[in-house]
Amino acid sequence: MAEITYRDALNAAMCQEMDRDDSVFLMGEEVAEYDGAYKVSRGMLDRYGDRRVVDSPISELGFTGLCVGAAMTGLRPICEFMTFNFSFLAIDQVINSAAKMMYMTNGQVPVPIVFRGPTGAALQLSAQHSQACETWYVHAPGVKLVTPATPADAKGLLAAAIRDDDPVAVMEGELLYNVRGEVPDEEYVIPLGVADLKRSGDDVSIVTHGKMVHVALQAARTLARDGIEADVLDLRSIRPLDVDAILETVARTNRVVYLEEGWPFAGVGAQIVSLIQDEGFDDLDAPVVRVTQADVPMPYAKNLEQLAKPGVKAVVEACRKVLYLPAGGR
Amino acid sequence: MTQATRETETGVNGDAAAVATKGGPGAGSGLRGFSRDDLHGLLADMLLYRRFEEKAEEAYAIGKIGGFCHLHIGQEGLAAGAIKPLRADDLVITAYREHTQALAKGITPRAAMAELYGRSGGCSGGRGGSMHLFDTSLGFYGGHGIVGGQIPLGAGLAWAIRYRGGDQVCVCFMGDAAVNQGSFLESLNMSAVWQLPVIYVVENNGYGMGTAFSRVSVTDMEARSGAYGIPAHTVDGQDVLETYRFFEELAGQVRAGAGPQFVNALTYRFRGHSMSDPVSGTYRSRAEVERHVEEQDPITILRDRMMDADLLTQEELEAVDAEARAASEDAADFADASPPPDPSTLYDHVYAEINEHGRLFLDGRGKGPAAGAGGPAAPGFGGGDHG
Repeated sequence: MAEITYRDALNAAMCQEMDRDDSVFLMGEEVAEYDGAYKVSRGMLDRYGDRRVVDSPISELGFTGLCVGAAMTGLRPICEFMTFNFSFLAIDQVINSAAKMMYMTNGQVPVPIVFRGPTGAALQLSAQHSQACETWYVHAPGVKLVTPATPADAKGLLAAAIRDDDPVAVMEGELLYNVRGEVPDEEYVIPLGVADLKRSGDDVSIVTHGKMVHVALQAARTLARDGIEADVLDLRSIRPLDVDAILETVARTNRVVYLEEGWPFAGVGAQIVSLIQDEGFDDLDAPVVRVTQADVPMPYAKNLEQLAKPGVKAVVEACRKVLYLPAGGR
Repeated sequence: MTQATRETETGVNGDAAAVATKGGPGAGSGLRGFSRDDLHGLLADMLLYRRFEEKAEEAYAIGKIGGFCHLHIGQEGLAAGAIKPLRADDLVITAYREHTQALAKGITPRAAMAELYGRSGGCSGGRGGSMHLFDTSLGFYGGHGIVGGQIPLGAGLAWAIRYRGGDQVCVCFMGDAAVNQGSFLESLNMSAVWQLPVIYVVENNGYGMGTAFSRVSVTDMEARSGAYGIPAHTVDGQDVLETYRFFEELAGQVRAGAGPQFVNALTYRFRGHSMSDPVSGTYRSRAEVERHVEEQDPITILRDRMMDADLLTQEELEAVDAEARAASEDAADFADASPPPDPSTLYDHVYAEINEHGRLFLDGRGKGPAAGAGGPAAPGFGGGDHG
């Protein structure tokens, strides 16, 4: 077990899988000679050569389709998007080709591909580079989605995604790449569909995923100073979804806040709220409250960006609300 | 419309002399290099494609086939001429006007027709339909419904061939309108950069649905690949022998490392864009269609050449046509008798791998360990009748 960055954990996962399976290759913009726009693939060109670590032209639709085509023959491409914002240029190949191929061929053509890269906002990148893209991907049957929040989860979930026989989107975070944490040195795989209770507390549940796990943990620490103990349930995998873990925390605390980086309209949280009211309604002591990005394109100005992003204060207030406590915690 | 008028004239109903031979006197020299069996084989192939689609047309008219159905009638020379010279392990990917290409790559008329009927015996189990015929064991990778969507996929198939060090070739078909999609340009660029073993074939019938290519394009078709350094070729797709010879040689060159190629195959669609589109109308005249049917029918052209060279008798022609009709009838009978997909399979094959943990479907109906085996289905969905 060594303490490494999230970025290096992703690198370790790709190397782990490329060492054991020649059918795995990495393609994307700047992944080879440049070592990756965020240095996630540092050293991989030297290690695996340009057959398996491939710089693509800036042609998202083209190289995504090429990777899907390669996957249709049984290769296991890791298709890197410099950010998932750019993948909208390729969404036809993600949805119409990758997601639907298995079904419309009656099971003849699995598409074992990984789409990976950062999602969501960093700092002052404004509207076109700051979008949380989870909803776009999980909306389509045929796609799976994981959102690692820690270095260990990054290694284990990316490895599992590469081994999975279906298209799996692995959504990372630009602001997560430098996060450090303990990561197993040995072969490490975390099964898809298993949520992780990142903090335990019986008063209120903060359910979340991805980068927002860190916001949730900070909110939980703030609440603790007022004697409120929060569960922080990191879904890790949105599809498949660990429904049992969600219902367990609901049953234990009876009060839920869903925190996500994306917009509220048809967001992941909307789905989770629907699930809880369908299957955990009797366990609720208060309506579920969602904390999301403001329902606006991300503004550039620092003050407006701060207003638009879901932050610790909003989470604390949401938790107090479901506990029927007056606003204005610490 | 009766069966008789719907059939495209192929001269097998006793009017063999009525159609002019393309190429005129001496066209028989075009037979050089083909054995008698080769010629009879290609004629039988094209007649099967024609009769198969006429049967599909008939089935569509009485509601046995639904949705979109795009017929290839008039373009059969390309299916036979471009695919028959390929090796069995070469890969073919195409768009949604693909019935005859599927047959050419080896999908049986039964499996293709049952797919058009949406039956379990179809080559895609009834989940794909007319636009999504697949049999990857035969190297036929579909059947894609978004114009231009299959082009980068074709580059990917070729990428996979090269990655594995194979010597197969990928043939990627598209309609002429697809070359105005960005996916085409991006794929050509990547194919050239990486010298992929792929032949891009434009089935240039002059129209993207109801819009003439020339009305929405500023350059000639041949000019489209030049900017990427990909050799462009033009072939007469109505001449199956020229097309066959051309693809036999080109596939050999690509197999030997010549890199990507671009083929502008001239052809003409004798039917509407789809079954809901009239044969002629606002965008092309009846006279134009009739002229092409009379002068440019790939089956008639081959038939006349063979007859002129005394390699085909009227009796032989009628016999091979009877076989094609019988195979199409048999395919329709098979499709009729094939059961529809079992309702219990609705959620099958959405995913290749149902993960051990978590739920992949949240509508309370999808099967999976959490929703199915892990206890009763979610309450509150009223989905109890869905297993």
